[in-house]
Amino acid sequence: MRLEPIANPTAARRFGLPALAVGTTFVIAAVLAMIAGADPFSVFGLIIHGAMGSKFALLETLNRATPLIFTGLAVAVAFRAKLWNIGAEAQLYAGAVIAVVLGTGALAWPSGVLLPVMAVCAMLAGALVLLVPALLKTRLGVDEVVTTLLFNFIFLLFVSYLLEGPLKDPMGMGWPKSSRLIPDARLPRLVDGLRLHWGFALALLSALAVWVINTRTTFGYEMRAVGQNVEAARFAGIPVTVVILKTALLSGGLAALAGFSEVAGLKGSLTLDLSPGFGYTGIVVAMLALLHPIGVVAAALFVAAIFVGADSMSRAAGVPTYLADIMLASALLLMVLAILLTKFRVRRD
Amino acid sequence: MTGAEPAQPVLRLTDITKRFGSVTANEAITFDLARGEVIALLGENGAGKTTLMNILFGQYTADTGEVEIFGKPMPPGNPRAALDAGVGMVHQHFTLAGNLTVWENIVLGAQSLAAMSLKPAAVKARIRALAEQFHLDVDPDARVGRLTVGERQRVEILKALYRDARILILDEPTAVLTPQEADALFATLREAVDLGLSIIFISHKLHEVLAISDRVLVLRHGRLVAERKTGATSREELAALMVGSEVSAPEFVAQSPGAPLLSLRDVSTEAAGTATALNRVTLDLCAGQIVGLAGVSGNGQGALSDLVSGLISPSNGEMRVLDASIDGWSPRRAIAKGIARIPEDRHKTGTIADFDLTENAILETYATEFARRGWMDWRRARAHAESLIDTYDIRCPGPDVRIRLLSGGNMQKLILGRVLETGPRIILANQPVRGLDIGAVNYVHSRLSDARADGAAILLISEDLDEIMRLSDVIHVISKGRLSPPFARGTMRAQDLGVWMAGHGFEDIANAS
Repeated sequence: MRLEPIANPTAARRFGLPALAVGTTFVIAAVLAMIAGADPFSVFGLIIHGAMGSKFALLETLNRATPLIFTGLAVAVAFRAKLWNIGAEAQLYAGAVIAVVLGTGALAWPSGVLLPVMAVCAMLAGALVLLVPALLKTRLGVDEVVTTLLFNFIFLLFVSYLLEGPLKDPMGMGWPKSSRLIPDARLPRLVDGLRLHWGFALALLSALAVWVINTRTTFGYEMRAVGQNVEAARFAGIPVTVVILKTALLSGGLAALAGFSEVAGLKGSLTLDLSPGFGYTGIVVAMLALLHPIGVVAAALFVAAIFVGADSMSRAAGVPTYLADIMLASALLLMVLAILLTKFRVRRD
Repeated sequence: MTGAEPAQPVLRLTDITKRFGSVTANEAITFDLARGEVIALLGENGAGKTTLMNILFGQYTADTGEVEIFGKPMPPGNPRAALDAGVGMVHQHFTLAGNLTVWENIVLGAQSLAAMSLKPAAVKARIRALAEQFHLDVDPDARVGRLTVGERQRVEILKALYRDARILILDEPTAVLTPQEADALFATLREAVDLGLSIIFISHKLHEVLAISDRVLVLRHGRLVAERKTGATSREELAALMVGSEVSAPEFVAQSPGAPLLSLRDVSTEAAGTATALNRVTLDLCAGQIVGLAGVSGNGQGALSDLVSGLISPSNGEMRVLDASIDGWSPRRAIAKGIARIPEDRHKTGTIADFDLTENAILETYATEFARRGWMDWRRARAHAESLIDTYDIRCPGPDVRIRLLSGGNMQKLILGRVLETGPRIILANQPVRGLDIGAVNYVHSRLSDARADGAAILLISEDLDEIMRLSDVIHVISKGRLSPPFARGTMRAQDLGVWMAGHGFEDIANAS
């Protein structure tokens, strides 16, 4: 058996296979649901109902999708330039820390000034966190997969220290938790009375901005060129190192917005469980989206819906919520396989 | 060559057809090979030569047809079967392990290196005997990584002979050899034929085919279009058969050179990895002149090409471009100076496979010509691509097609258009026609000829000595990073250049200076 490259895959192959991957995910989930003793159709029904069957459920799904859009965009931007950023988790927390540092009373500015300043500073912090591995990669050739991944753990311990020390809420009764943000530092709700904040709108805008950058600007052209063929890019005079560093800044900044939006929009304070692995799930989101920024929005909604729906399904049908994790894991693996099969054909000799 | 009458065929291919999707790589090919016979398989790139050999070797399964070796039909799709039946293949790209010795490489795959029964002394003795018999001079204990290209090829041939190959297939064997090494190879092959081996010789070089073979089979578009006795055909007839029509190559008339546009004085470069660095190179590229760089591949051509391209800077000596010294030398600076760069590898360096034709057409000029304040002007870029398609006769469905889908010739035309359209003063053409069919070769050469007439200074790097000798006004030979003195057109024969290519003559100039 060997793989033979396909020069010009048909549209059916390019879109059909990813669709088949998602479909197969549901088949696997159905089998598992049956093993757990439930009727698969009612399980899926419950998941869909739990994710968007009511106004509350739908808003919950959109809220859950918001950080995933940011981290998904961060990963998509970096992966497209072949910068393997596995550190969106650390960059997310960097954004969250900045939101707390600036938003708990240090700056007593009106909301219209304070929030943009917090967002920009959060992006800078996230950018800085990814800049270090990017510099190590471009200067010394250190593999960024290792450095970004391991830095996640270091940064989480650093946040843990902050929450036990400098940022600890004096009124928190000893819990490792930051003070609450002042009201002017909170992202307002999109519509009064609905539990959905401006972070979601910012996520959609970011996706649009990334799409415009990719397709309309020289920077987008350079990122794609470097990602597709670094040797040809260098030969053509594209400043490869600068492009990689700029990509790192953009990617880190996007991931940090997830942390800013979670703290300023949803939670109001920082705890160690702010992110249940949004940085890692962002990789799944980006892969499901085939690294396309608009696709990231769709994939983030899909992933969020499965998580939120599985929670309520679990309560109603007694099937463990692990089903959601398995669905995402198999969706990711099958999607990677589908991407491979859009580019190669398996031949038996 | 031997005059031995073909008796019972040692190899017979019957009605072989192989399709890849809608492309027919081989269609109804039938021929046989007699004991002690040399068949030349002649055809342009993409004519189906390699596919046919892969079928014979069991790498591919034919859609129809049968392969018989010594009267025994081969099971389809089993690479070991052909090996065991006594077919040995010497690939164009060698399949040797550089960190093992010659004898280990020869044994590798035939016997287990760790086997208790392996007796190195006996193996080496047998290799020495074979080397003696076939005039293949190699030390069995030498490490393959240190051998020259010619020596490595001898190891490949020894490897086949060690396994008692009765049929030898050689795929473009002279592409990497000096003329002298090629002559030595031919002597070895004649020796092998006298001992009863049969040979299939794959090539697109007509003079070699005429020199070595008994019979010529011409492949075109996957079909066997002609079969000739070598004695009863001519170079012209074979060329026409191969292409399917009469071909005319551009003429290069003498003209007097202008001022030097790029000059190197005693330039050396840092060694990077395994690539050969330049060692005190002095060179002038003058307006209206083609300077040819001959040499066996891997002798510093890459470093010189990278230097002119802007990828590396001199570590010593002086480099001047358009009469100004170069500071902050980079690809961008080189492009800004008006250097047109045709890279050696158009797939890996020259183009981005999954970018469309428009995106590839503006790779070097996107920032200066096709963008304003960071915003791409795609409409202009596309119009530019369309005009290149027209001017340079790029055969393609349109500017939105991914470059991966273009043939090598059309890809090269795009690169030519990209770099020549700016009216360059200096042109670096590194292997500009490698792998192209004759039509495309002539097209590229006539474009270079036009640029030369317009006063461009051209550096032509090629491993094909015929090409160098035909196009160049001045020839330098490069060996181990050193450059020979310039030889004017017509003053050197291929054999004379071959002496320099083998590394002789450089000491004398070093002593004289």
